Amino acid sequence: MGKTVVEKIVSAESGCDAYAGALVTTPVSCLMLHDATGPLALDVFEEIGINHVEQPEKVVFVMDHFVPSPAETYSRMQDRMRQFASKMNITLFEGGEGICHQLLPEKGLVKPGTIVVGTDSHTCTYGAIGVLATGIGSTDAAINMATGKTWLMVPETIRVDLEGNLNKGVSSKDFVLTLAKDLGADGATYMAIEIGGPGLSELSVDERFTICNMGVEMGAKACIMEVDNIAAEWVSQRLHDDFHTYRPDPDARYYQRLSYDLSKITPQVACPHTVDNVMPVEQAGEILIAQGVIGTCTNGRLEDLRVAAAILKGKKTAPNVRLIVVPASRSILMEAIKTGIIETLLAAGALILPPGCGPCVGGHGGIPADGENVISTANRNFKGRMGNARANIYLASPATVAASVIEGKIVDPRLCPEVC
Amino acid sequence: MIYEGTVYRFGRDINTDYIMGSRHRAKTLDWQELAKHLMEDIRPGFYQEIKKGGFIVADENFGCGSSREYAPLVIKLAGIAAVIAKSFARIFYRNAVNLGLPVLTCDTTGIEEGQILKVSSNFSAIENLTRGTIISVQPLPEFMKRIIYEGGMVQCLKKYGPGVFEEFNIR
Repeated sequence: MGKTVVEKIVSAESGCDAYAGALVTTPVSCLMLHDATGPLALDVFEEIGINHVEQPEKVVFVMDHFVPSPAETYSRMQDRMRQFASKMNITLFEGGEGICHQLLPEKGLVKPGTIVVGTDSHTCTYGAIGVLATGIGSTDAAINMATGKTWLMVPETIRVDLEGNLNKGVSSKDFVLTLAKDLGADGATYMAIEIGGPGLSELSVDERFTICNMGVEMGAKACIMEVDNIAAEWVSQRLHDDFHTYRPDPDARYYQRLSYDLSKITPQVACPHTVDNVMPVEQAGEILIAQGVIGTCTNGRLEDLRVAAAILKGKKTAPNVRLIVVPASRSILMEAIKTGIIETLLAAGALILPPGCGPCVGGHGGIPADGENVISTANRNFKGRMGNARANIYLASPATVAASVIEGKIVDPRLCPEVC
Repeated sequence: MIYEGTVYRFGRDINTDYIMGSRHRAKTLDWQELAKHLMEDIRPGFYQEIKKGGFIVADENFGCGSSREYAPLVIKLAGIAAVIAKSFARIFYRNAVNLGLPVLTCDTTGIEEGQILKVSSNFSAIENLTRGTIISVQPLPEFMKRIIYEGGMVQCLKKYGPGVFEEFNIR
């Protein structure tokens, strides 16, 4: 019987002939921990008492959630991670290098066709370059460090075929919000989403990361894309090693098949307080905003900043509207400075934060006041997510956020002359 | 072990930010202290209401959102004996099993706040003592039951060492 991409990867890595429903143990090619969830994993690791990390060269620590540390408790957590990394010979990226989900692919640390796990639910992001990547908890990470293995149940797969091209003013964020609306917050629970079709090649790699990043918001275990020449080239420029990519077999079994014509996608917004509460921007009503956020592991890449800068060039944010920009990595920030993007954003009134998770997770930076509406390119809008349970979060694309901070309310970016 | 206790009822899509907002971590790293913030943003004062051994009962997609393991951890530390829901988000489910917190999937329609439930030790059924009904629970894979009985994966690793995967017959 034919296999899906995920079944092929699990079979290759675990050495089992794996199909959906099978329970396997497997090594992983990379384990990532960051400063929010890593310290608990270190506590658990110490409690286990094995005291020796299996293959430390496969482990990566990233400081991205609290950059730089805004409170003593976070500093203690980060210090703990530094000491552990030094003792066990583990690569550690300091605060300011970037968000884990941008940094790992950027530095060539995640390999297509292999299994990668991370103590963060958005680890699924690496699926954009054909990596079977999934989020795990701290205990799982500790077990992985101690034994070099993890157990997993092979998921069923929902197949998504893309065709057509996105129109101007419409982005892959609008597509994935549409998918979230159609599947619902638990429509892909325990499953993998496998994405292919001719429309995929019309998307840049940055756009693909945005899509896979939000797989978990539909409950998916993994969100993996077929690797075409564009993605393979992107990887080859960063990963100096051979890698394998997989196509699904023609007779692979899928739980469900969906297809989308990208040219039919229009700007969407996810309204408070669930990610699947999605509607077209023009149906959201008159929503006055107090703060916009452009960045995060969902939409903090160079293209996202470029799109925002094109709309904001020569303009200013509306009175009483704050704009926070958080590039996803140091190299993105540097490139954005060199190409004038940062200058444009600053001139428009933006506040530039260091590369990291910033306001998305409510730890520090950009916590809204009571009753404020925030429009953000992040991936979650749960009540209290950004640090205040009495504020409201709307999720949208960089273009929609940029257009909205100019007007002071949520607007369709296609109405901007720069876009059309 | 028999689990018997009071129902604390919640709805669907109870996410990890509702279970405990991450902003509290700025104040302390003491998990027992942090457990006091359990469900605070959607049910203020919940921690004070909990009678040890009670159950959180919910609808679909319990624990959606983050991979943060402190979600099931604070639930356990607050004295909740098990979470019973129509469905669970996968990372939360896995984390709960790893911590030895029973996570039981069944049709929770008709289970209401304040009712008394009894859960069988092999997790196969739930008796609603208030209504006099029995609800069957979706079977847990054997190795997951073992992990829960042992009190979590750390206990298993301490007991069986790295050979724990073979011991539990996974694959």
